[in-house]
Amino acid sequence: MKTTPIYGMMAEFDSASDLVAAARKTHEAGYKKIDAYSPFPVEELAEAIGFHKNGVPLVTLIGALIGGLSGYLMQYWMAVDSYPVNVGGRPYHSWPSFIVVTFEMTILFGGISAVFGMLALNGLPMPYHPVFNVPRFVMASKDRFFLIVFSTDPMYSPAGTRQFLESLSPRSISEVPS
Amino acid sequence: MADHTEDVIESRSAPVIEPGHTFGSVTDKISSIVLTRPTSTGWFIGFGLSFLVTMMMLYALGYLMLKGIGIWGVNVPVGWGFAIVNFVWWIGIGHAGTLISAILLLLRQSWRNSINRFAEAMTLFAVSAAGIFPLIHTGRPWLDYWLFPYPNTMNYWPQFRSPLVWDVFAVSTYFTISLLFWFIGLVPDLATLRDRATNRVAQIIYGMLALGWRGSARHWHRYESAYLLLAGLATPLVLSVHTVVSFDFAIGIVPGWHTTIFPPYFVAGAIYSGFAMVLMLAIPIRKLYSLEDFITDRHLENSAKVMLATGWIVAYGYGIEAFMGWYSGNRLDAFLLWNRLQGPYAVLYWLLLICNIGIPQVLWIRKLRTSPMGLFFISLVILIGMWLERFVIVVMSLHRDFLTSSWGMYYPTRWDWMTYIGTIGMFLTAMFLFVRILPMISIFEMRTLLPEAEVKAE
Repeated sequence: MKTTPIYGMMAEFDSASDLVAAARKTHEAGYKKIDAYSPFPVEELAEAIGFHKNGVPLVTLIGALIGGLSGYLMQYWMAVDSYPVNVGGRPYHSWPSFIVVTFEMTILFGGISAVFGMLALNGLPMPYHPVFNVPRFVMASKDRFFLIVFSTDPMYSPAGTRQFLESLSPRSISEVPS
Repeated sequence: MADHTEDVIESRSAPVIEPGHTFGSVTDKISSIVLTRPTSTGWFIGFGLSFLVTMMMLYALGYLMLKGIGIWGVNVPVGWGFAIVNFVWWIGIGHAGTLISAILLLLRQSWRNSINRFAEAMTLFAVSAAGIFPLIHTGRPWLDYWLFPYPNTMNYWPQFRSPLVWDVFAVSTYFTISLLFWFIGLVPDLATLRDRATNRVAQIIYGMLALGWRGSARHWHRYESAYLLLAGLATPLVLSVHTVVSFDFAIGIVPGWHTTIFPPYFVAGAIYSGFAMVLMLAIPIRKLYSLEDFITDRHLENSAKVMLATGWIVAYGYGIEAFMGWYSGNRLDAFLLWNRLQGPYAVLYWLLLICNIGIPQVLWIRKLRTSPMGLFFISLVILIGMWLERFVIVVMSLHRDFLTSSWGMYYPTRWDWMTYIGTIGMFLTAMFLFVRILPMISIFEMRTLLPEAEVKAE
């Protein structure tokens, strides 16, 4: 253990309520570089670890605007400038006809931005991650809840952090090798 | 009347998930279908038969490539025939999946959590089946990339004033967004399968597909944002897709097509047939995999109610079409109505009325709404009825339009039937593979339905 660098200290809990309470206490105790793991989305958890800002809506908005604008301009350029076709004397810039494709492009680019923006901000795909080194962590995708204090936190110390996590009465505590 | 009001009261409904389940038991039950349960003989038989039917479709398509669409029954005046009938039918079926996964999510209808996954899969496979038809109907499918605007040496671009070009954008956007929605919903469950698989190959495949999901609170937070936004984007999208499909008709001037009622009437019909397909899949699946705990009578009943409601919107559409045939004073519209009621295809129109308006009225009976056998049969009737509706719209409007000299009849050939039935085989093949290799119920969303998922205040 002495030779491997340590990624953090992980505590295991039985329920979402316990994890949220523990995460709140850890955050209040001054640990800032922490994370929590749950088998389903727990609304209160992100707030408990002090994570409020989330870039996904902005990325989606930008993507949707780019999609809509490029959709409309594409049609305008093709129908008015590059390949004008006179259909029964209708104006080349027949904007009502361009609404459908503009709308579809808005949705398409917005949706792609939401998904890939979310994955990129989450740093996924990342098949290997140090937390997977903890054997008990396989339960995180079933029915167990985990809290980790990263070793990069200024307050982190192997003994002190372990002692603090023990005070939260978790089910188990493990050191995460990186 | 008194009985009917009581029906609405929530407390009489079955629960969304049977009591007694925990995070662990939900996870075990759904993931064991994929990971540990031996594949049943029934699955092999069903898959084998569906696969044979798919091969028949490929044979029909192969012959089509060789000979051209002259092997079909289409000819002037009916140039659209089965290809467009089936296209509209399949696209419509897909709509229920998006309605369940996106619209019901935004409306906080938590009962959707146990049926959204396979309804989304159904959407994907139905849209894939639908997509085949317009592509082969172009006559030279190897040039289908011409449909998209791409810089080319011929120096021309698609005609954006044409609803057929709108359709290309609407359907391809719909497929892409449905695929993303489905996949992103699968990621946390793939992580569960990765962690629970004992077989090395399965661990690697599920692990790669799970993208390294680890359930971090930060990840979930962004995930929930993205999922909700995607639902918000998919909601107008799904309504737009069948609207655009209906524009293919409504923008034209053929009697029976040129009406403003088409968009809402098409969307309602799409959801009507889509829920019928959801039930036809859910009822055997819940029986064969003993999933009655998760897909309860509540789901059957709610789906039946949706069918009843959308069925009446469709009936209203038929009513308005008939009314306008008389009220507009337009001789062509009046003739169309007469032709539907008494023309050479009249039997199909009457069958359509029986299948879509008549028989489904038994859903007013509460007992039938919770009877799997009864619902399965009614769903089948509705699916046939909705297919007939598209036949009536496409073929009956075209075969006798403005000039009596250009009237004609349309009879599908065996190649038409082989292609149509073949796509059903393809759809079922994909469904069989899906239930075998992916979790057919969203595991993580089921966990959120359990009482223990609630966070108690300190």
